[in-house]
Amino acid sequence: MSLRTPLGRVLGLGSAKEGQSHWWGQRVSSVALVPLTLWFAISLSTLPALDYVNVSAWMSGTWTAVLLILFVLVVAHHSHAGLQVVIEDYLHGSLVKYASLLGLLFAHLLLAAASVFAVLRVAFGSVP
Amino acid sequence: MRERPLSPHLFIYRFQYTMALSILHRISGVVLSVGLIPLAYWLTAVAAGPSAYDRAYSLLSSWPVKLLIGGCICAFSYHLVSGLRHLSWDTGMGFERAQARASARIAIVAAVLVALALLWLAFVPRGSAS
Repeated sequence: MSLRTPLGRVLGLGSAKEGQSHWWGQRVSSVALVPLTLWFAISLSTLPALDYVNVSAWMSGTWTAVLLILFVLVVAHHSHAGLQVVIEDYLHGSLVKYASLLGLLFAHLLLAAASVFAVLRVAFGSVP
Repeated sequence: MRERPLSPHLFIYRFQYTMALSILHRISGVVLSVGLIPLAYWLTAVAAGPSAYDRAYSLLSSWPVKLLIGGCICAFSYHLVSGLRHLSWDTGMGFERAQARASARIAIVAAVLVALALLWLAFVPRGSAS
């Protein structure tokens, strides 16, 4: 039988610093996504058609471009934060787990960068 | 690394429908993450010019992708409502068993209503345009 206290046995077993910033980032992004996602859905639905002319005209509006960039960045962060927890919950082998976490992060960065670049390209009128 | 203390596992608990809503929140979140791929593809297609967009548009209006988009709309509706329920829990409200069960029923009804509204916006033909 150990003479160590219950507190002494658990000290040092987990992070006491990074958990709350991850948690908070997830909540902040979720609050921001309520108006952003609803704006995206309703704004898209006001277009007469989703053909190239209508969509590119819509995307080159200043506010549309700004909100689209915010939407893409926040949704990428939120998706990454959520899937990260899913991987941490279900994958336990070190190599598979960390490879998945890295792949997840890189995939989200790629999707976010490509989307932001696409919106800027349309908004600045430099579509080939 | 030392063995870490674990909480009792899920399956020792009697099933309750609030548990289904809990896992559905995670499942709908994963579905929505998959939906980011067609979203990014659609945005980059606009930036690639009219002919590239037309190719992307016909791909995005194919039945498998339409099903994925419809699934994302349903997942989004549930994730939105359920997420608001989680945010209210984060403020410390609604943890009593009766309150949690009531908010579960409200969430199901609200999610169905939001899903119907968004599916209507997405798939009912727009005005005179095709």
